[in-house]
Amino acid sequence: MLKTLSLKSLLPCAVLLVILLILPPILPRFYTYIITLIFVTALLAMSLNMVVGHGGLFQFHHGVFYGVGAYAFALLLFKAHMPMWFGFIAAPLIAAFAGFLIGWFCVRLTKLYFAMLQISLGSLLWAIVFRWYSLTNGDDGIHGVPIPSSISSSSNAYYFILFFFVLCLVVMYLIHRSPFGMTLQAIRDNPDRCSAVGIHVRRHQLMAIVIATFFAGVAGVLFVVLEKSVFPDLLFWVLSLEIFIMCLLGGWFTFAGPILGAAITVALRTFAGIYTEYWTLILGVLLILIIFFLPEGVMGFFVQKLGRSRVKEGAPGRGQHAQS
Amino acid sequence: MFDIAALGSQFLVGLSRSMILFIVTAGLSFVLGVLRVPNIAHGSLYMIGAFSAFSITKLVPGATGFWLALVAAPLVVAVVSFIAERALFCHLYQREHLMLLLFTFALSLILGDLVKFTWGAEYKSIMAPKLFDGSVSILGASIPRYNFFLLIIGPLVAVGLWVFTNKTRLGKIARAAAVDREMVGAVGINVSWVFAFAFVFGCFMAGLGGALMAPTISISLGIDHNLIIEGFLIVTIGGLGNMWGALLGSLIFGLSQAFGVLFWPQFAIVFPYTAVVIVLLLRPKGLLKSVW
Repeated sequence: MLKTLSLKSLLPCAVLLVILLILPPILPRFYTYIITLIFVTALLAMSLNMVVGHGGLFQFHHGVFYGVGAYAFALLLFKAHMPMWFGFIAAPLIAAFAGFLIGWFCVRLTKLYFAMLQISLGSLLWAIVFRWYSLTNGDDGIHGVPIPSSISSSSNAYYFILFFFVLCLVVMYLIHRSPFGMTLQAIRDNPDRCSAVGIHVRRHQLMAIVIATFFAGVAGVLFVVLEKSVFPDLLFWVLSLEIFIMCLLGGWFTFAGPILGAAITVALRTFAGIYTEYWTLILGVLLILIIFFLPEGVMGFFVQKLGRSRVKEGAPGRGQHAQS
Repeated sequence: MFDIAALGSQFLVGLSRSMILFIVTAGLSFVLGVLRVPNIAHGSLYMIGAFSAFSITKLVPGATGFWLALVAAPLVVAVVSFIAERALFCHLYQREHLMLLLFTFALSLILGDLVKFTWGAEYKSIMAPKLFDGSVSILGASIPRYNFFLLIIGPLVAVGLWVFTNKTRLGKIARAAAVDREMVGAVGINVSWVFAFAFVFGCFMAGLGGALMAPTISISLGIDHNLIIEGFLIVTIGGLGNMWGALLGSLIFGLSQAFGVLFWPQFAIVFPYTAVVIVLLLRPKGLLKSVW
C-alpha cells in the first residue's frame, strides 16, 4: 500500500511544503492571512470530501460541524476559561460527537432523504446557536476569543495552522488508503454488493461521518485561532453548500481536488471582492463554465490530461456515482 | 393556560403563512417531479418576484399597482426563468443529477447578485391596498385582513393547480413526463419543451409567492436563503413531486412555527425543524406518495 508513496509523487509535495514554509517573511501580512484562510477552508473541504467524494454520502450540511467545533472551542476558552490545549482536544471531539448523533439518524436514509434529514437536524443546531443569546450571544457571535499571543500573530498563526493542516492531510491520506477507506469507496460504488458480502454498510458510513466531522471540528478550531471570533453563519446551510461546491469545483474523485477548489473560492472571493461587490456573480459564471466544460472539476481535468492513473483508483467514472 | 382567542388567531396567522409556503413549494415540487432537479434557484426567483412587485407598486401607485404586481411580477420571474432554461439549463438534461443541482446553485448565485445590482441592498417594503387595512374576526379570533385574503388565495391556487394537472392536456403531459419521460418522448411529444414549460411554470409559482409575501415582510437580499431551505424540507416531508404533499408539508411547517411563537418565542424557529425531523424519522419517504 505504501509503495504508491514513491519518491516521484512525494517530491512535488515536499517542494510545495518548502515554498509554503518560506512564504510568510516574504509576503505582505494580508496575503499570509489569505493563505492561512485557504488552509482552514481547504481542511474543511477535504473533510467533507471524505464522505461525499469517497463515501458517496449526500452530506449536505457539513458546515454545522465546522461551526460546532469553532463554537465549542470559543466557548471553552471564552466562557469556561479552560486552557487552550484542552479546548484544542475537546472541540473536535465535540464536533465528532455531534457528527455521531446526527449521522446516527441520517445513515438510516439514503440520497436526497439523507441530505434533507441532515439539513433539518443541522438547521436545528443553527437555530439553537442563533437564538441562545445567553450562551452564544446569538447573531452577534463571540468576538475576541483569548488566543495566547504565541500563536495569534499573523505569521505564527500561519505556521501553527499549516502544521495542523499538513498533519490532518497525512492522517486523511492514510485513512483514505487504509482498508477502511477502500471499503468506504466500495460502498460508494455498490452498496448492495458490499452489504451482500457481509460489510456493515451503515456502520462504515457512520464511522466515516464521525471521522469527517472530527476533521471539520479541527478546521473550526483553526478558524477561531485565525479569526478569534465565531458567528452563527458558520452553521448556516449556505456555507455547507459552498464547501460542497469546492469539492465539485476542484474535482471530488481526486484526493487533493478540494484543496484546489477551496483555494479558488477563497482567492476569488478576496480578490474579486476588492474590485467589485458582485463576486458571487463571478463565482456563478465560473461554476457554469466548469459545469459545461470541465465536468470532472479542475483537478480532475488536469489529472485526466496528464493521463495519470490516480483517477482510476478512486473514480467509478461520473454518472454511476450520483443517481438520485 | 393560553387565551383561546390568541391561540385561534395564531393558528390563523400560521395557516395564512402556510398558504404562501404552499404556493412557492407547489412550484418547487412541480419542477422536482417533472425535471427531478431540486431547484436551488427557486428561492432567488421568489426573491425576484418580491422585488418586482415592489418596483411595480412604485410605478403604478395605489390598489391598481398592487393587483397589477400580483399578475406582472410572476410573469417577470417566468421570463427570467425561461431565458435561463432555454439558454443554458436545457443543454444539461442528459448530465448527472448533481451537475444539474450545481447548475441551479450557480444560477441562484448569479440571480442573487443581479437582484443586488438592480434593486440595491436596502430594505424595501410594500403597502397592501387600503382594502386590507384592519383585521377580521372569525369565531372570536382576529387576524389582519391581508392574512385573511391569503387564506382565500391558497385554496384557490390549490384547486387551480389540481384542475390544471388533472384536467388539461398540458398538465397531463407534464405529469406523464414526471413518471416516464422516455414514453412521453416515444409518443411524439417534445420532452425538452415539456421540461421548459414545467420549469417556467414552477418558477412562475415562486414569483407569485414572492409577490403575495411582499406586503407582509421587509423585502431584502437573503430572503431567498431562508425560503429555499424551508421549501426543500417541506417538499421532502410531503413527498417529492406531490402537490398535496407540498400543501401538507406547508401546513406542518407554518403551523408548528406559529404555535412555537406562542409557546416559546425565543426558540420558535426550532419547532418547524423539529417537526421535519420527526416526520422524516417516522416516514423517511415523506407523508404522501412521492413520484420518484
